[in-house]
Amino acid sequence: MQETIGAVFLIIGSTFMFIAGLGILRMPDLFMRMSCATKASTLGVGFILLALAVNFGQFGVSSRAIATIVFVVVTAPVAAHMIGRSAYIGRVPLWKNSIIDQLCDQYDRCRLDLGSYPEKGAEQEGEEIVNAGS
Amino acid sequence: MTLQQLSLITAITLLSITVVLAFVRLIIGPTLPDRVVALDLMSTVGIGAIAVYAIATEASVFLDVASVLALVSFLGVIAFAHYVARRGQADELSREEQGRIGRSPWD
Repeated sequence: MQETIGAVFLIIGSTFMFIAGLGILRMPDLFMRMSCATKASTLGVGFILLALAVNFGQFGVSSRAIATIVFVVVTAPVAAHMIGRSAYIGRVPLWKNSIIDQLCDQYDRCRLDLGSYPEKGAEQEGEEIVNAGS
Repeated sequence: MTLQQLSLITAITLLSITVVLAFVRLIIGPTLPDRVVALDLMSTVGIGAIAVYAIATEASVFLDVASVLALVSFLGVIAFAHYVARRGQADELSREEQGRIGRSPWD
């Protein structure tokens, strides 16, 4: 019974990994490739490590496998975000059929500063609006 | 052939094909972040392959290797991203000095 569940999880996990590999080859843009690769590969690794935890059944092995899954799930989005941010700073071109670039004029690439943060004067205007409404 | 043997063979085959696909992107990828993403995928597939081998040989010590590989590959990707951001910032500063601000280097 345990081995059957482990075998099913193994097949599912490797299928997700294969989908990640397929996506990284066929997607037309860097940001789409990064999204596909990190999301699908994290899920695939999670399923494969879950298959290992179920297959062994011992408490020590299962707890270490779940700790590894938690670590991968926590760190993979952070790594993907950093790659995407640095690629955007480096002016990697978006896909030619992209409709919106929401960060178009907001990034100060010299000081690595994001322009959507409110300045000092805007806080006082915000307070005036709040006081006027109450 | 039992279900477990079939699942092991399927898993190793699919993981190997994924490594080949990521390697093709590593060679083709026109920009540097493309290659960083391909390397990240290859190391994640490595974690999966170590786990599959641990199931196949029924030795649970390989799980520690997979865990350490996860940590080290995460640090490597963060280091790459930091370098690419610094390079972009340096490019931007030099282009500001030359008065070419607002134009992409890919034009």
